[in-house]
Amino acid sequence: MINLTIDGKNVTVPRGTMLLEACRLAGADIPTLCYDPELKLAGSCRMCVVEVEGRRTLAASCVTPAEEGMVVQTESEEVVEARKVILELLLARHRLDCHVCEKDGNCRLQDYCYRYGVKDSRFKGEEPHFYKDDPNPFIERDYDKCIMCTKCVRACAEITGAFAINLKNRGHEVVISTAFDGGLKDSTCVFCGQCVMVCPVGALVSKVEKGRGRDYQTEKVRTICSYCGTGCTLELKVLNDQVVGVNSVRDERLSPVNRGALCVKGRFGWDFVNSKERLTQPLVRKDGELVPVSWDEALDYTASRLKEIKERWGAGSMAVFTSARTTNEENYLAQKLARAVIGTNNVDHCARL
Amino acid sequence: MTNSIKDLEEEAEVIFLIGTNTTENHPVIGYKIRQNVLKRGAKLIVADPRRIELADIAEIYLPFKPGTDIVLLNAMMNVIIKEDLLDEEFIEKRTEGFEELKATVKKYTPEMAEAICGVPAEEIVKAARLYAKADKAAICYSMGVTQHSKGTDNVFAIANLAMLTGNIGKPGSGVNPLRGQNNVQGACDMGGLPDVYTGYQKVEVEENRIKFEKAWGVKLPPEKGLTLTEIINEAVKGNIKAIYIIGENPMLSDPDSRHVEEALDNLEFLVVQDIFLTETALKADVVLPGASFAEKDGTFTNTERRVQRVRKAIKPRGNAKPDWQILCEVASRMGYPMRYDSPEEIFEEIRSLTPSYAGITYERIEKSGIQWPCPHTNHLGTPILHKETFTRGLGKFHPVEYREAAEMPDEEYPLILTTGRSLYHYHTGTMTRRVAAIDQHRPHNEVEINPRTAETYNIKDGDMIKLSTRRGSIKLKAKVTENIKEGIVFTTFHFGEAAANHLTNANSLDPVAKIPEFKLAAAKIEKI
Repeated sequence: MINLTIDGKNVTVPRGTMLLEACRLAGADIPTLCYDPELKLAGSCRMCVVEVEGRRTLAASCVTPAEEGMVVQTESEEVVEARKVILELLLARHRLDCHVCEKDGNCRLQDYCYRYGVKDSRFKGEEPHFYKDDPNPFIERDYDKCIMCTKCVRACAEITGAFAINLKNRGHEVVISTAFDGGLKDSTCVFCGQCVMVCPVGALVSKVEKGRGRDYQTEKVRTICSYCGTGCTLELKVLNDQVVGVNSVRDERLSPVNRGALCVKGRFGWDFVNSKERLTQPLVRKDGELVPVSWDEALDYTASRLKEIKERWGAGSMAVFTSARTTNEENYLAQKLARAVIGTNNVDHCARL
Repeated sequence: MTNSIKDLEEEAEVIFLIGTNTTENHPVIGYKIRQNVLKRGAKLIVADPRRIELADIAEIYLPFKPGTDIVLLNAMMNVIIKEDLLDEEFIEKRTEGFEELKATVKKYTPEMAEAICGVPAEEIVKAARLYAKADKAAICYSMGVTQHSKGTDNVFAIANLAMLTGNIGKPGSGVNPLRGQNNVQGACDMGGLPDVYTGYQKVEVEENRIKFEKAWGVKLPPEKGLTLTEIINEAVKGNIKAIYIIGENPMLSDPDSRHVEEALDNLEFLVVQDIFLTETALKADVVLPGASFAEKDGTFTNTERRVQRVRKAIKPRGNAKPDWQILCEVASRMGYPMRYDSPEEIFEEIRSLTPSYAGITYERIEKSGIQWPCPHTNHLGTPILHKETFTRGLGKFHPVEYREAAEMPDEEYPLILTTGRSLYHYHTGTMTRRVAAIDQHRPHNEVEINPRTAETYNIKDGDMIKLSTRRGSIKLKAKVTENIKEGIVFTTFHFGEAAANHLTNANSLDPVAKIPEFKLAAAKIEKI
């Protein structure tokens, strides 16, 4: 174990712990943009710099191992000044359109600029020109807001393993790109949106969610994806009794199966819930046509016809197809309906199909 | 799954994937397998007639002919026994029937397998060695293994292979079917099957029946019921008169759509409870509007047996109702009062009758699900099954022999049609076809054809073609790709306008599971 002092507090951490983690353990609120606990360290954004006594320069805490006897200041004047300059440098190629940005209120860059009072950049050169017109229906790529944290590149490789994107060019011209700079649909992208999940700013956003409500306006409900049998945890974003989006839940204690990772259907395939084609009224066939009726009429008719057929042909002439899509509770009731109410074991579902 | 999803990411040293296109059908599990290869150096054996994405990072890829799974698996066991790579201690202490297995697989030499499966004998030998020599080797499979007229035998062969090498009951190993639908595991667990009550308690066992009769206050039928495919067949014959269908679309999901249509048209009464007016609902006498997963509380059980909470986020649309309430109403109006105030109350009844769910409560799974069996409320759940003993005590080797599929290619229908899903759509498309973004991205069905097969028929990539079997034909676009073996074509069943199940065979069912042979039908193609 290693003992060090952070903002005057004594902390003990296992050898190999990075300073960032040690500082957070000591209760310090260290800003980060490129750091992600699940991804390889980049150490590129420098937002997490701290002052280590006896060192000539500030240390990026996410890539600096804690050492015995270190004395660390996390919010000293020098640290604050450095972070302000870093933010100005990042803003130099970040188009500030927070008023129309999907990430307004849920943007790390915005939060840190607010925290350190950074309004604008002294380093602005020519206007950014990195917006990527990509006609795919899932992911918007507005690299005029990209701060080159490279979390999208790392998530693509280290969570999904698609390797669809990487860095192109150098210096001021550096930008995230697919091979040969094409659209995502011509790359190895599988539209899982892990890049959208980790993007700390508004550079990568869901086209499906665009304009439907900002994150802070929505209520979040943690639930389970309704597609395949993997059982991924996700969060539905709700506004005015409508599902308007899906968030990842990255905390393993709440999302043990997927830790936030999703696929194209889980992340972008929720819109059927709001479809205009949803059934909203019971229907009964009359003169060959399905016509809307009240619940009472539909239920009474269903019950009486089922009883009639049972009396005439016996319970063995009837069957229930329960559903691999509905809940356990509903499946339980469906087989109870078949067995206890109708009186047949003719109950099955599409497990084989 | 006998093991957990996490094992595939963090424990398994070798993963043998057979009949699972994991990255498309269980994408998040696919990512985890890939990361295990990239970060921990796990080795993959991929056996699939289609060159699935994971084949690109596999140590060994076995593109075997559809329907020859047993030959491939028996040949691997032949090598393992011959080269003494088996786990003697495990066989001795935990299993029975080894001698019978040994006798059966003796003739399945790699050379014999090469002739039938179409993969080189030395690749089979390599695969057998890689799987058997690993400390922790997992097998994953899916419908590619089960949807055959000998699907049950295929699964026996897989279980034999795992037991032979002691790859069961420990981390990173196991026999792991990846289940295809959000709650298909739960539907089975809940007794949505013709032969069992909840938790696989057999209806034919008197003790079980008495227990449920007591709990439900009625006499229960003692003989097991019919399976879904049998019910459809009996409806065609006029022996089934009424079906109540909840959240299913057999018109697209079941084999031979014309046959299904005939069955449904032949009914006296059809009730469909769903969230959309599906192809099946259009045939109904009554359509009851249910609620989507976002509109109700409850639980789903995932492929690793993890019971997880589903939460209501919005109200049911219009006058629709949660499905559990509709079922209570129907039962009550039929003269059996069924009343619950909440899904939790139903769950309490379930766990009181189901030993494997007895220890699971809503409170316990508020944050994170629990994997059954969980017999009491202090039990942490069971990430790995069969650790000390099998359900029946000793694990029994069920030796299986190869037999041909029900419908083999012939002069008139010279190709093999195999069917499945794609990444972007889901099952019969009821949901994904109504997601604007997804349908914009993948609006049409396609049929995958090998370039050399395509050339024979003068078909180019993107051409419209007619794909036919003895049941019917569909028109769709050709996708010419090296990812499929010569003589085999693949298409998906998501699209009503070009539905794969117009073509599949309703008469070739597995004798035990009654699963249809979706993975193999004789077919022909022509350019139009």
